[in-house]
This record gives sequence, C-alpha cells and structure tokens, in this order.
Amino acid sequence: MRPVTATVARPDMTTLRMYAAVAAAEFRRYATYRQAMVAAMFTNSVFGFLRCFVLLAVAGGAAGGAAAGYPRDRLATYVWIGQGLLGTVNIWSPPELAERIRTGDVVADLLRPVNPVMAYLAADLGRFGYAAVTRLVIPIAVGAVAFDLYAPAHPVTYPLFVGSVLCATVVCFACRYLVNATAYWLLDSRGPQIGWVAVSSALSGMAFPLAFLPAPLTTALYLATPLPYLIQVPADVLVERHPPATMAAMVAGQVAWAAVMLAAARLVQRRAERRVVIQGG
Amino acid sequence: MTVIDVRGLRKDFTVRVKAGRFRREARTVAAVDGVDLAVEAGEMLGYIGPNGAGKSTTLKMLTGVLYPSAGHVRVCGLEPVPRRTRLARRIGVVFGQRSQLWWDLPLRESFELLRHVYRVPATDHRTRLKWYRDLLDLDAFADLPVRQLSLGQRMRGELTAALLHGPEVLFLDEPTIGLDVVSKQAVRGFLADLRDAGDTTVVLTTHDLADIERLCRRLVVIDHGRVVHDGTLERLHERYGSRRRVVVDLDEPLATPVDLPGATVESVSADGLRISYALDSATAGALVARLAAVASLRDISVVEPDIEDVVARLYRA
Repeated sequence: MRPVTATVARPDMTTLRMYAAVAAAEFRRYATYRQAMVAAMFTNSVFGFLRCFVLLAVAGGAAGGAAAGYPRDRLATYVWIGQGLLGTVNIWSPPELAERIRTGDVVADLLRPVNPVMAYLAADLGRFGYAAVTRLVIPIAVGAVAFDLYAPAHPVTYPLFVGSVLCATVVCFACRYLVNATAYWLLDSRGPQIGWVAVSSALSGMAFPLAFLPAPLTTALYLATPLPYLIQVPADVLVERHPPATMAAMVAGQVAWAAVMLAAARLVQRRAERRVVIQGG
Repeated sequence: MTVIDVRGLRKDFTVRVKAGRFRREARTVAAVDGVDLAVEAGEMLGYIGPNGAGKSTTLKMLTGVLYPSAGHVRVCGLEPVPRRTRLARRIGVVFGQRSQLWWDLPLRESFELLRHVYRVPATDHRTRLKWYRDLLDLDAFADLPVRQLSLGQRMRGELTAALLHGPEVLFLDEPTIGLDVVSKQAVRGFLADLRDAGDTTVVLTTHDLADIERLCRRLVVIDHGRVVHDGTLERLHERYGSRRRVVVDLDEPLATPVDLPGATVESVSADGLRISYALDSATAGALVARLAAVASLRDISVVEPDIEDVVARLYRA
C-alpha cells in the first residue's frame, strides 16, 4: 500500500478565485434563510440572558465580586460574546457532510476537480461571513443594551479579536469535518456527533469560562486539545483577560491548531477515499 | 482512439453475514468480476444490467471515486483513482438519483459556480451555456432555486452542469429515471444531438431500454459482474433468437393454418380469424404471398422483436 500523506499545495490565483466563488455562493445560500437566522438569534439571546444571570450570580457570591478572575462587566461580556460565537464558529452545525456520506450524495463532491476539505472550508468561510454580520454582532448588541459590558482598552484588541474568531472558525470546521468523516467508516455518525456536542459544549468555554475548572485540567486542555481555541480564546481576547502579548500568543496557538487540524482532516479524507464505498446504486 | 480502456476490472466487497447466534462471518462478494471494455472516442455506449449487476460500481471505478480491487483502467489515458481531480476536468457525470447542483441557489448561479470550479474561460462558458439554454430550454426556470425545480427541469440542469466544462466523456447513470414522457423525450432528443455531434463519448446506464434503442448502437450487458453481451442490438437479437412476428387477420377461418418453412405458427385465435407467425428464416413477404394464395386477408401487421423481452430472457439466463 502506498503511503498516505497530507500535503498543502500552494494555491494559485485561479484556485483562490474558485474558493472565493464557493464562499460567496455559501454566503448567498445562508442569506436566503432569513427567518431561520432571526429565530436562531432570538434563541441565542434568550439563553444569553439565562447564562448571564447565572454567571453574574456566581460572581455576586464570590469574594470581590469576581468569578475566577472575571469582574462582573467582563463576565457579562464573556457570556454575550460566547452567544455570538456559538453561531459564528458554528460548534453545533448540522452534520451535513455525514448525511451526504450516509446517503451517497458525497459522490458529487468527489467528482469535482477540487479538494473536498478545502471546498468545504471555503463554503464554511462563506457561511462565517454571513454569520459574522448577523449572529455575532446582534447578540452582542442585545447584551450591550441589557447589561453593562466591558469595552476593550487596547486598540490592538480589535484586530486580534477578528483574527481570533476567524481562526476559531477554521479550527472548529476541521474538528467538525473529522467528526463527520467518521461516517465514512461508521455510516451512522450519531455517536461521534453526540460526543462532539457534549465535549465541545463543556470544554470549549461555551458553558462557562475554563478558569472555573482546576488549573491542571485547564492547562491540559490548552496544551493537548483544540477545544479552548474555539470559544475561550476569542472571548478572552475581547475581554482583555491577559496582556496583548499573551493574547497574541494565544491567537498564534489558534493558527497552529488550525494548521494541525486541517492537515488531519485532509489526511483522514484521503484515507477515506481509499476505502470509501459510495452508498446506493 | 480508445477513450475508455478497461481490462480485467474487478471489485470485491466484504459483507458480514450472520453465521450463528453471536457470530458473523466475512464473505467476499465480487460486484464486478473481470470486466473488459474498450470505448472509442465519440461512441455512445449503452451499459445495462439487472439491479445489483455491477453497473454503478463500474461507473464509480471509471470516474475515480471507487478503488478497483484488480484490473487495468484508463479513462482519457488517466488512471481514475490516483488522477481523480485531473480526470474530473475531462469527464462529466450525471447520476439520475443524485444532484451536483447547489440546492438552495438558483440554477443560473450553480452554473456560474461550476465555471469557477472547473476553471472554464468566461467566453467558452458563455458560448456553451447559450447552446444548452437553447437546446434544453433552460431560461424558463434558470432563476429558480434548484429545490423548486421539477425532476424534469432539474435533470435538464444536471445535464447542462455535467457538460458546461466541455468533457470528453460523459457518464450517465439512469438520466431518465422518474421522468414523464415529455421530459424523457426532451432528454433523449438532447442526447441524440450530442451523439450526432460526435465529440463527446457517452456511457449510458439505464433500465429504460427505450433509451438504449433510440440512442445507442452498441450495447454492453453486465450480469453478476461479468459482461454477457458486447455488440450491437441486432447482434443481441440474433444471439438470443429474437424473431419478428407477422400477425394476419383473415375474412374466413382456415381449416388448418398455412405452413411455410422458416415460419412457425405461434398462436391462433379462438375464432380462427387471427394467426400469429414467428419468422425464423422466412421473410414476411414470402409468408404473406403464401397466405394470400389460399385465404382472403383482411389485415396484416409485422411486429418487430421487443428488446425488453430479449433482455429479460438474457437476465433470466
């Protein structure tokens, strides 16, 4: 058997234009479902209020009014950014690829002269573009109206935050791709999907700041998993939990995880193509 | 020039079957079992077989989405699986039961996106799209999202999508499945034009043998993973003893049906006024002349052999 390697080819301008067209098409696709977007933002906002009240109650009971080092205004900001990031980074995306593998529709993806992982990534970045101007901005605006939120003090925080959210989206995309790709082997990927939802919700900083956990566990999560780089890092960047240099290092960590996870997704995809059985006639 | 060159193609699948209360046994099943095939440039080939015969498996191996277990495969001179991405630019594929279009986008936008995906120069794209718009009458529904199209409209869109990059080979897997009569005629008419133009090689898989009769001069029949016929339709009829039939209606019944060497009486109606003959070596003309000499004929019809009967016999064999 020939060795399987995942190499990242340098894209030319035509390739970049093609991926840009795929991203633009996906942006338009999401823009067609406006009612779904409004419903999702409403739900995000309702849960934002619930989470905010719970975490502020925790902070109220803590010494100095700060929970795990987050004062009240930063804690409220953390919650509302998390609500915005949920739909932007898209942790709980429907298992579209897994469903295409199960039904055999994935054959249409494999018959195109593009790398499936990169084509799906381009599409996800198109979705990200639409979500960034709707599902990220609006919950934060709702939070700002109802609560006293923290405004970043350093100008560099804003570009760092944008880069961090983009990296979080790429890392999350690659994680989801890997979870979905289990369908190549299992056909029914509901087990891995449920596992992903449970783990990513609890350990990405989505449900609560990871600083609430014991320090050794938090350190292990940062060093050994991509999970904190999905929600915790971009949220911490915006609430300026650490000095700018430390946050820049965190974003660099996101870039590294994005590269590692994308390479893993490409490797798995190539493995899958060697043994894939397109379902149905 | 040979565009598709297949020798000894084989695909084995491992299936697990129950072999006891708690035991399962792995069994190897050959879905394709030593297929040889050579298709010349510009040819339109009918590739048929019963359900589970290995047609779609062959197509998947030819298009590079399925690894062959053994054998030699070249499509446009390329080994499909390792060169899948390069090959994809040179082939077009339509799966009647799947879609390559973007479900939520208007058809027109799917075409534009495919221009980028296949890197087709804008002028070539415009020229081809204009051609297919006219031929397949796409303008009436090109601005509708794909999910709102009827099956017939979608299939016309699928055919255009598969051809917009100017492929050398087009693989069609049941392109008329589920279509109404009018849509079938539109698709067949389009494929006939494509065949007559002669610059696209087409492999057509279908269960609708009318597609084959109208479009393909050459027919490959596969059963249990093996090629059981490769040749013209006429050769298939000869080989499996298809016979033309002559049905005569008489003014008065005959005491005994007229006998002619090379023709066999198949049936006589209860009133004796209608006799059906199967022609072996005799001609219809000779039989009619013989009958006219002894009886008054009211009507005569010559019935061509039915391809469905021949193929059904072949499948059963």
